[in-house]
Amino acid sequence: MFGPLTVKPSESKGDKTGSWRTLVRPHYLHKNCIACRMCLMICPEGCVKGKEKNAFSVDFTFCKGCGVCADICPKKDIEMVPEESKEGDQ
Amino acid sequence: MKEFVEGSHAIAEIIKACQPGVISAYPITPQTHIVEDLAQMVSNGELKSQFVNVESEHSAASVVLGGSATGVRVYTATSSQGLFYMQEVVFNIAGMRLPVVMTCANRAISAPINIWNDQQDSISLRDAGWIQIYAEDNQEAVDFHLIAYRLGEDKRVMLPVMVCMDGFILTHGMETVDMPQQDKVDKFLPKYNPLYKLDTAEPISMGLLADPDYYMEARFAIQETMKASIGYLSEISSEFNAVFGRDYKDLLVEEYQTKDADKVIVAMGSVCGTIKEVIDEQRAKGKKVGLLRIISYRPFPYARIYEALKDVPRVAVLDKAVSLGAYAPIAVEIKAAFYGKKKGPKVISSFVAGLGGRDITLESVREVLRRLTAKEVNSDFIDLKPELLKEEYGK
Repeated sequence: MFGPLTVKPSESKGDKTGSWRTLVRPHYLHKNCIACRMCLMICPEGCVKGKEKNAFSVDFTFCKGCGVCADICPKKDIEMVPEESKEGDQ
Repeated sequence: MKEFVEGSHAIAEIIKACQPGVISAYPITPQTHIVEDLAQMVSNGELKSQFVNVESEHSAASVVLGGSATGVRVYTATSSQGLFYMQEVVFNIAGMRLPVVMTCANRAISAPINIWNDQQDSISLRDAGWIQIYAEDNQEAVDFHLIAYRLGEDKRVMLPVMVCMDGFILTHGMETVDMPQQDKVDKFLPKYNPLYKLDTAEPISMGLLADPDYYMEARFAIQETMKASIGYLSEISSEFNAVFGRDYKDLLVEEYQTKDADKVIVAMGSVCGTIKEVIDEQRAKGKKVGLLRIISYRPFPYARIYEALKDVPRVAVLDKAVSLGAYAPIAVEIKAAFYGKKKGPKVISSFVAGLGGRDITLESVREVLRRLTAKEVNSDFIDLKPELLKEEYGK
């Protein structure tokens, strides 16, 4: 008999880590973005997408609300807002 | 062909015949001769295998884990502290369901440091998810390695197997061994065909995070496979007999003069040779004594042991290991086999002997039989020297 044993690439997308979010979520201000992609690169879930300036977004199905995107943004163009606020929805 | 060989050399020869693709080990007494011989065979070109020299047992176990994960047959061997240093990886190998075969040359555990034989090392890793089989002599040690690969690589099993042989007594003992011929080995042991492997063409990951939604099923599956392996052992044993002509019956236990016995000793490993001598001697005097030798310690054959001992009035369990602060390891299992059952021994007494290589002599075994009375004892030490137990340190 075998239980969970091996995982194929991208199979972990089945784990909807967005449910881990508790207090805050990132809110992209879309004002001073220079498209440096640092938020995209540092996201541990790989759930940030976007190419052009002021056009980056987050997939909240997977975002755990860790806040490293807001922390690394050199233009302070991402802020962490309370989970209940409407501002995070994009 | 029958050869008069050292146990370790015989093991190296049979591993050579099994053709593992990767071998990795770190030398530790009394396992060293096995891997020393294998390293020689690889460097002489007699065995086409990657022999990976490492800086520790933790690395040796990691190398064979990785090797097995890529889908090749692998081998390692260790003892005592080495096995403990491997422990983390030992559990991982079982959890990833990799059919690694390891020889454990059984040796006592520090401190105090001791290089001689008892079975504390492998017994301490009984919960790791490895199948553990214990050899009585070098012929069995050789044959059990073939059976280990065959069983572990069986697609219904996919579990690692530890072949345990008593350090020095077997590893360094010279015995006549009927070495299996290569053509018969090939007939009995087909090429390893893995169920899953690391392959860049079809990438998979192994041993990843399993959160509370997944973890329990992974462990449950091993538990069920272990239970089912009790049947597979018997099945593989009869196939082994068909090819090599040596019958290990169900490969779970060996019954020696137990049928009408009123006293039976339960033991495991090479000490059973000595016990059989005493059984013969006592039987010649008309005493009804017998031996039940445990071959498979994991999975533990509770039902088989119940059948073998249900009509025996008195049972002595002889452990070459202790569980400090509790009943001795094998004794616990034997008692558990009879709990709540209608039939069973009136007395199951437990004895500890031969720790750290203290010889278990014919007289030691006679002493066990003498102490097996109507009064049950637990973890009663045999051949203890009370004069060495000093009180002054406590003052």
